[in-house]
Amino acid sequence: MTPRRRPATTAPPIPAARAPSANSSGPLASDAVLPVDRDHGLHLLHQLVRIRRFEERCVELYSASKIRGFLHLYIGEEAVAVGVMEALTPDDAVVATYREHGHALARGIESSAVMAEMFGKVEGTSRGRGGSMHLFDRRTRFYGGNAIVGGGLPLAAGLALADLLQHRRQVTTCFFGEGAVAEGEFHETMNLAALWRLPVLFCCENNLYAMGTALERSEAVTDLALRAVGYGMAAWPVDGMDVLAVEDAARRAALEVRAGRGPVFLELRTYRFRAHSMYDPERYRSKDEVAAWRERDPITLLTTRLTGAALLTDDDVAAIERDVTAEVDAAVAAAEAGTLEPVEDLTRFVTSEVRR
Amino acid sequence: MKTTYREALREALRDALSRDERVFLMGEDVGRYGGCFAVSLGLVEEFGPERVRDAPLSESAFVGAGIGAALGGMRPIVEIMTVNFSLLALDQIVNNAATLQHMSGGQFNVPLVIRMTTGAGRQLAAQHSHSLEGWYAHIPGICVVAPATLEDARGMLWTALCDPDPVLIFEHGSLYNLDGNLADDAGPVDIERAAVRRSGTDLTVVAYGGTLGKALEAAELLAADGIDAEVIDLRTLRPLDTATIVNSAVRTHRAIVVDEGWRSGSLSAEVSARITEEGFYDLDAPVARVCSAEVPMPYARHLEEAALPQVTDIVAGVKQLGA
Repeated sequence: MTPRRRPATTAPPIPAARAPSANSSGPLASDAVLPVDRDHGLHLLHQLVRIRRFEERCVELYSASKIRGFLHLYIGEEAVAVGVMEALTPDDAVVATYREHGHALARGIESSAVMAEMFGKVEGTSRGRGGSMHLFDRRTRFYGGNAIVGGGLPLAAGLALADLLQHRRQVTTCFFGEGAVAEGEFHETMNLAALWRLPVLFCCENNLYAMGTALERSEAVTDLALRAVGYGMAAWPVDGMDVLAVEDAARRAALEVRAGRGPVFLELRTYRFRAHSMYDPERYRSKDEVAAWRERDPITLLTTRLTGAALLTDDDVAAIERDVTAEVDAAVAAAEAGTLEPVEDLTRFVTSEVRR
Repeated sequence: MKTTYREALREALRDALSRDERVFLMGEDVGRYGGCFAVSLGLVEEFGPERVRDAPLSESAFVGAGIGAALGGMRPIVEIMTVNFSLLALDQIVNNAATLQHMSGGQFNVPLVIRMTTGAGRQLAAQHSHSLEGWYAHIPGICVVAPATLEDARGMLWTALCDPDPVLIFEHGSLYNLDGNLADDAGPVDIERAAVRRSGTDLTVVAYGGTLGKALEAAELLAADGIDAEVIDLRTLRPLDTATIVNSAVRTHRAIVVDEGWRSGSLSAEVSARITEEGFYDLDAPVARVCSAEVPMPYARHLEEAALPQVTDIVAGVKQLGA
């Protein structure tokens, strides 16, 4: 699983550990036992559970009509955002998709601000102008919340170009689903980023379905890392259900990117346990398939791993749950207590208020 | 000094690249080729390939990269060869550049300038000749300007770069060889107000970009017939300087709008509506329009000429107004 350093003038070889796999649409269990200490293990588990419980509360609030619009849940995919964010520094930039609550929380945006945004309140990340799909945060360099599939990739290339031109050793991490791989903007950006050796970490969250369209129904070549290699960048698939594997891969990849060796592409194989959005009867996949993936629930995987290594007790788990429940309760209370933007301010922020 | 519209644009680019390290030019063939219309000729030699950056043919990626670079603290100037090609980047311009400030609740602004060629008159047919700036003028969150004079070609760019939000500059392809005198100390100009290019009392002719010259020519012909036309150059298509337009129309009591875009759903329709909304009771005639024929731009010279607003069409339109 080691990305090769590529010579300046030739395309990189396909990393040995990522030879095209026969089964590119199934779970990718790794055999490697990655080291983890108790504190870090607890931290990762806390983040996974935090996102899970936050999302579960969103479902309840949607049913109670507190949250409206489109709501895309990250349940099942938490290990991807949690693992990748571990590799980033505060100065790095993040570009995410419309299924970005988990990324926002893992990046360090206050859960109360994320919740308030979904309540349409001024205290929300975007003052209630964005909603679930458009979370933004200047402090953590979180550039959305982008709801055009593929549309965030060029932005990420540009953020990275700005870093390159200003000689900053920063990484722009761009999350997108495997559905984006069919979009022209994906291919244009892959080429541009590789051509200009832009410091972008491309994180393809392959959850196998672009809404209801299975990967093999939308792509002739379903080995997505192979596609990226074709553009001249290092790329390899990662078990996106194993947060330790994700973190390890992201750290290696970020190291390459930060060192100025050009973009890296990670294909994070994951699965969405819930519907695409709240309007999805899930006619396109079987309950058996969902059940099989739930066997590899990222929270269960990490819990089992930590428990097996005697790094986690039932009391630890209970403490995490208590902590997370308190945080989510507080977030909901803050969102409830938040204020609505006065209608007189409707047209604010169409253009900048500070003119220079 | 004697100069051309093309040279004035180039001088504006050189000035911007010299003034601010954050400024860079990016687009297809802006470097080694010198720009598809030779606007940036020589700049790569002067400022280097990092700052005069040739991009692969991928409008969406490099326009989006311009947006991202603007978010990241740079002041990019992105060149798109023609407005027809800009449709390949429409997602980035409309869904990102125009929305990020609002969608982020005021956190992220996009100080990006996009230059592109617009308009017909060079027998380039239906995929290089259209005037779609009116579409962009429909979009909140972006500013749209159209330099029609040497002063504006020289002066609009720096002002656009100082704007914290996206500005689109539409250069009419038939103007690149326009020549004349430009003051030696010519510099930045405002991008907020329309300009009265010819004062008159009998009627108001509203034009912009490639049609300004035709409007002024028509005004001279009308003067020979004793009709004193006022000619207004819109300069900024969004936000429209409604006050200057309406004040003139209210004073002259008649108005005609010249627009190289198609009539249906056009910028000319917007200008006409604003004059009617705010000046109706002072008008002596309905607002008239001279627009392009509703046809994809044909290649053959005589057909293209027939499709475009011509001086004779403007004169005829004015005569029908009863001025």
